[in-house]
Amino acid sequence: MCGICGCEKTASGLGGYHPHDHVHSEVAEGSNTAGPPRARMVQVEHDIMAANQSYADANRAHFTEHAIFVINLLSSPGSGKTSLLVEAVSLLKKRFPVAVIEGDQQTSLDTARISATGVPAWQINTGKACHLDAHTIGHALEHLPAIDGGILFIENVGNLVCPAGFDLGEAHKVVILSVTEGDDKPLKYPNIFHAADLMLLNKIDLLPYVRFDMNSAVEVARQINPKIGVFAISALTGDGLGAWLEWMIAGLDHAKERRQMALLARRAELQHELDSIDLQF
Amino acid sequence: MHEIALCEGLVQALEEQAGSHGFRRVHRVWLEIGSLASVECDAVRFNFDIMARGTIADNAQLDIMEINGTAWCLPCGMAVDLHRFGDPCPNCDSRQLQVLDGTQIKIKKLEVT
Repeated sequence: MCGICGCEKTASGLGGYHPHDHVHSEVAEGSNTAGPPRARMVQVEHDIMAANQSYADANRAHFTEHAIFVINLLSSPGSGKTSLLVEAVSLLKKRFPVAVIEGDQQTSLDTARISATGVPAWQINTGKACHLDAHTIGHALEHLPAIDGGILFIENVGNLVCPAGFDLGEAHKVVILSVTEGDDKPLKYPNIFHAADLMLLNKIDLLPYVRFDMNSAVEVARQINPKIGVFAISALTGDGLGAWLEWMIAGLDHAKERRQMALLARRAELQHELDSIDLQF
Repeated sequence: MHEIALCEGLVQALEEQAGSHGFRRVHRVWLEIGSLASVECDAVRFNFDIMARGTIADNAQLDIMEINGTAWCLPCGMAVDLHRFGDPCPNCDSRQLQVLDGTQIKIKKLEVT
């Protein structure tokens, strides 16, 4: 059963879509006379992405309540996502609870690589689907230990198109572009660079051997998304990794602060209630 | 591939609407797709025919209305056309644009019995 909405279905298709209540106006043009039913028009105004969005909102509320900082990693296949994650979680796990959700069409090879570091990981095989959706993420959380005050990485399916449109409830989408791919890639796949808050230029150890203009890559990415942050890194040598880790730790601190503020507000509310009872006696 | 998932979501949404609006067959679907939604309309048409087979929307006609993207240009202080992410403002060439419309994938209306 779905732990989020209580439905009996498991994830399938677009956000494991299943019916929920909606209020819509209806314009009936049919009549009640006998005979075959006459066609009528129904005004709908139904966003097909609404189902995914409601699961994403539920995930985000869960992450906020548990002060979990979540990043959704996006890139083409072969950009070095998993190698980068292995390095990042190996360093972060010493200081914070960390977990990983791996998305691939098939195999659990990536999960095995993460698990070897001792960090809990859950594999989602999307089968025919080309992206992760928020409903699947909600169910994946049921298989991971509590990581309150920690960092959750979601490694999306290697694909620079479809995952851009699916909110999973993350704090940030982070796109990885490796220097072996071409510095014009943001122009070719603008949606994903528009959706991301941060771009990691990976495999910079290979820069002497490839024609990749770092400045040009950043310039075109900022044409698409003027606010995108950039770190140049190498999962192999560890260059630049520290800056990215600091960015995540700052994000985690922010998530914890927001949780503290929410708890303080709740305490004040409860105190106010208590005080009002005292006055009556 | 993305469009398969979208069409699956579309057919499931139609089945949900059948419950709430009390109809048994869908004959025609009007869909609104924004030009910034990263959706290939031809692929949606092709996949919808396949995904709808054997459902309440079997053989239904699909009408797609493509909606042009628009954005708010900060320097101009006005709404401008945006055909794809990364394009500059047609007036001032700035890329300080905030998307207003054109990312939707929405069922607008249905013809049903």
